[in-house]
Amino acid sequence: MISTDLSIIAPEILLAVFAMAGLVGAVYSGRDALSQLLTWAAALLFVAAALYIGLTGEGTHTAFGGIFVDDAFSRFAKVAVLLSAAAVLIISQDYLSRSDLLRFEYPILVTLAVIGMMVMVSAGDLMTLYMGLELQSLALYVVAALRRDNARSTEAGLKYFVLGALSSGLLLYGASLTYGYAGTTEFAGIIEAAGADASIGLIFGLVFLCAGFAFKVSAAPFHMWTPDVYEGSPTPVTALFATAPKVAAMALFARVVHDAFGGVVGDWQQILAFLAVVSMFLGAIAAIGQRDIKRLMAYSSISHMGYALMGLSAGTAQGVESMLVYMAIYVVMNIGTFAFILSMSRDGRHVTEIDALNGFATKEPLKALAILCLMFSLAGVPPLLGFFGKYAVLLAAVDAGLGWLAVAGVVASVIGAFYYLRIVYYMYFGEETEGLDGRMTTLPWLGLVASAVIMLVGIVNLFGIEGLAEAAAATLVR
Amino acid sequence: MGIADFTFYVFALVVIAAGFFTVVSRNPVHSVLWLILAFLTSAGLFVLMGAEFVAMLLIIVYVGAVAVLFLFVVMMLDVDFAELKAEMARYVPLAGLIGLVLLMQLGLAYGTWVTGEGVELLDAPQGTPEGAAHNTAALGALIYDRYWLLFQMAGLILLVAMVGAILLTLRHRTDIKRQDVLAQLYRDPKKAMELKDVKSGQGL
Repeated sequence: MISTDLSIIAPEILLAVFAMAGLVGAVYSGRDALSQLLTWAAALLFVAAALYIGLTGEGTHTAFGGIFVDDAFSRFAKVAVLLSAAAVLIISQDYLSRSDLLRFEYPILVTLAVIGMMVMVSAGDLMTLYMGLELQSLALYVVAALRRDNARSTEAGLKYFVLGALSSGLLLYGASLTYGYAGTTEFAGIIEAAGADASIGLIFGLVFLCAGFAFKVSAAPFHMWTPDVYEGSPTPVTALFATAPKVAAMALFARVVHDAFGGVVGDWQQILAFLAVVSMFLGAIAAIGQRDIKRLMAYSSISHMGYALMGLSAGTAQGVESMLVYMAIYVVMNIGTFAFILSMSRDGRHVTEIDALNGFATKEPLKALAILCLMFSLAGVPPLLGFFGKYAVLLAAVDAGLGWLAVAGVVASVIGAFYYLRIVYYMYFGEETEGLDGRMTTLPWLGLVASAVIMLVGIVNLFGIEGLAEAAAATLVR
Repeated sequence: MGIADFTFYVFALVVIAAGFFTVVSRNPVHSVLWLILAFLTSAGLFVLMGAEFVAMLLIIVYVGAVAVLFLFVVMMLDVDFAELKAEMARYVPLAGLIGLVLLMQLGLAYGTWVTGEGVELLDAPQGTPEGAAHNTAALGALIYDRYWLLFQMAGLILLVAMVGAILLTLRHRTDIKRQDVLAQLYRDPKKAMELKDVKSGQGL
């Protein structure tokens, strides 16, 4: 029995063994000599694990008496998490070694965070959920403060840690209430105890759990940490924050509301719809005043989480499917954008002001075109892939009878389009000031161009991701 | 009165006495030592109740780690305990009031517990039933079998905490002088000292 359990969590074990072996190897071989190698090895291992999970996994299995679930939904989320983490490691390597941040602990902490995310999306029990979430969060708190001699970075780490601990507290409170009223921590037992009409105690637990998750996905009104942490952390870490953990937390959110509270859709639908509306508008309006592109991306991510939550709040299989598709597209767009942000520099110093982009198109027409594609896609302008993500969630909301939510989403996306288009305006029509002079190395360039090309080419059939997302959603919503 | 009852009363009296002396001792080191005695005797009480795992935990965690830590803190920190004691004297009335309230609450809880409907009280705590696994074995089966995954995850979380603490605080300083024992041992007097023959009246 234990051998089947172990074979189900084989990818996680592989990554954990890699992290521990890498740690020992790097410590024995002296300081940071192995960091380059470890970063590459971690990225390759993530890709290999993603391929293994994506290609060999089939059916639904549970391990350790139901506390760990391996199904199409968790596999979709795991592949997205692994590939995005690998992409972020690859595009950020050059920046890290340039700014003397490539410590060997970085790839190891990222690997441990990824293990946490993989366990999160596979959780079948409140305890597994919490363990995965804490493993992920703790590793991310540390990497946020990676540039430890910089006041901004340490502030980001500390702020993230304190607020993250607070949100974990909320989540644990919700989990303990749920446990108290359901009498079990397993999702299968909770859904049975909740039935079609949950007791008031269970609903309290559900609300606190949702608040904790909203913190982790940085949905308003629990978004306060996001802009400061995004701005203060080293840019590669910001790129990581904006991608893999978001997918994992969103998938976990979907798993809990459907696996544990699937019978009381009406109770959580209103919470999610509220979170979605507030996030979309706050992200769209607050970003207008931002002059720093990392802060701007923070508000952009808040707004995008609002759209993903809109898909989830539909409470149907279609809603989960649209959320998964939205997250996959969102991650690709963010990797491309951050690949560019990583290369923004002037006189060898990293700059993040938006003004620095003035007149960029005349100097680098190809890169400017790629960013134009990404910005239009982030804004959801029709011919690009970002539009199809938004269309899917809007459609799911309308089909579930949440027409008002869809209308709010459209209004918010029009408001939000302003700041994406402003970046494009600066690049093409801005008055030339002292612009950027940094050169982009091959890998970030590839990341930028590849994601821009995906935004264009993907509209043909979304690379078949819809079918996978549909299968994933079907296993979750029964 | 059986031997178990006798042991219980001995332990109970010692716990109360040790707790009392923890509070009233003049010397803080003595306080901590009394506290350790209180922990040890409560571990004895747990053993009497058949909760041997909790007893071992109490000894290992509280006596072995926490209390010894207290002892070091008390001995190493330069706290003016006379002043603290004076502060305490000022707050005695308030503390007494809070103590009284707590006592009344406990009394209320005990009252409802005894007089409440449908409550069956046992004369004595029940140990592990015959033939069943002992606490330690049962907990072990749960942690190392059913919750093996969670146990290992907890290990990974502690690993992250350790790596994080080292990553964020360890500094390899180059501007300080370190002791190199081997270099000191192999120092050669012939090279370390130089004798100069200074002519008188000329200086160096």
